[in-house]
Amino acid sequence: MELAAAKMIGAGIATLALAGVGIGLGNIFGSFLSGALRNPSAAPKVFGNLLLGFALTEAVALFALVIAFLILFT
Amino acid sequence: MVCKDRLMRRIKIDRDPHEAGRTKKEMVAVAGPLEQFEIKPYAELEVAGFDVSFTNSSLWMVIVVTALTFFLVGGIRKNALVPGRWQASVEMAYEFIANMVKENVGREGKQYFPFIFTLFMFILGSNLAGMIPYSFTTTSHIIVTFALAAVVFIGVTLIGFAKHGLGFLKLFAPSGVPAPLYILIVPIEVMSYFTRPISLSVRLFANMLAGHIMMKVFAGFIISLGAIGIAGQAAAVLPFAFNIFLTGLEILVAFLQAYVFAILSCIYLHDAMHPAH
Repeated sequence: MELAAAKMIGAGIATLALAGVGIGLGNIFGSFLSGALRNPSAAPKVFGNLLLGFALTEAVALFALVIAFLILFT
Repeated sequence: MVCKDRLMRRIKIDRDPHEAGRTKKEMVAVAGPLEQFEIKPYAELEVAGFDVSFTNSSLWMVIVVTALTFFLVGGIRKNALVPGRWQASVEMAYEFIANMVKENVGREGKQYFPFIFTLFMFILGSNLAGMIPYSFTTTSHIIVTFALAAVVFIGVTLIGFAKHGLGFLKLFAPSGVPAPLYILIVPIEVMSYFTRPISLSVRLFANMLAGHIMMKVFAGFIISLGAIGIAGQAAAVLPFAFNIFLTGLEILVAFLQAYVFAILSCIYLHDAMHPAH
């Protein structure tokens, strides 16, 4: 196989990490919503943790992006 | 017909970026989304074989530090008992980080507050300065964020050893674990400790990089749709509206990533203070 074509395929496969990140993000916000609807008065206290969890999970998707870039441009 | 001809030529250029003979103007129109991250030296300088030129990256760091100093020093210049708007915003930033350090490191973390505050304000300033059109995002380069993360990592390790001596190594062997599991847990803990600076720096750098690329890609859609004709120009409203939404999202991300960087530094500091937990 040509190297260029293999690189393209590899970069595409690297984005598969998004599946896990999608599950994770849905889990974070879903759990927050179900918790917040059960006990709305506790919701503001965990909002900071929600953002932290969101940013940490989102970063995994961006690691995949970095890998895709490394495959494409090196 | 002329428009269509131009579009065809542009598509051809898109397919083959090395095609010779294109004019300067077309090169600007098809500038890739990665062009904004290019480092341009303003003053060439070399010290002991190292390239230490004053670049657009250094220029924007100087601008950010100057603006932050002006904001913070100017805000508390009057030092009124009842703060005005400016002083109130400076106090808000101070209290935000002071609470973060108190909650995540504890009382004895107070002495590290200046470092966390400086770190947070510098990252927030650089991220927000990157949102100004034609500016340069210093935090979108891995070497800048890695230097920041390396300072945190080395500092935290030194603090841990200075406070607890070899007891700091208890961090890698958490208590309350069945003895056979240590064979598995200790290597994992060691590995996760040493990947901290990498994950910390890549998180910030990749967030800024991805956000700015996304904005430039949608800006490119506006240009290429506008070249098609009246129908294309009408359709170009969609990517334009999305770009406005993205700008708001990027400002949120700029704040969020500075917050995450600061809070993770606090958590690492807490680990160094209480390694036995």
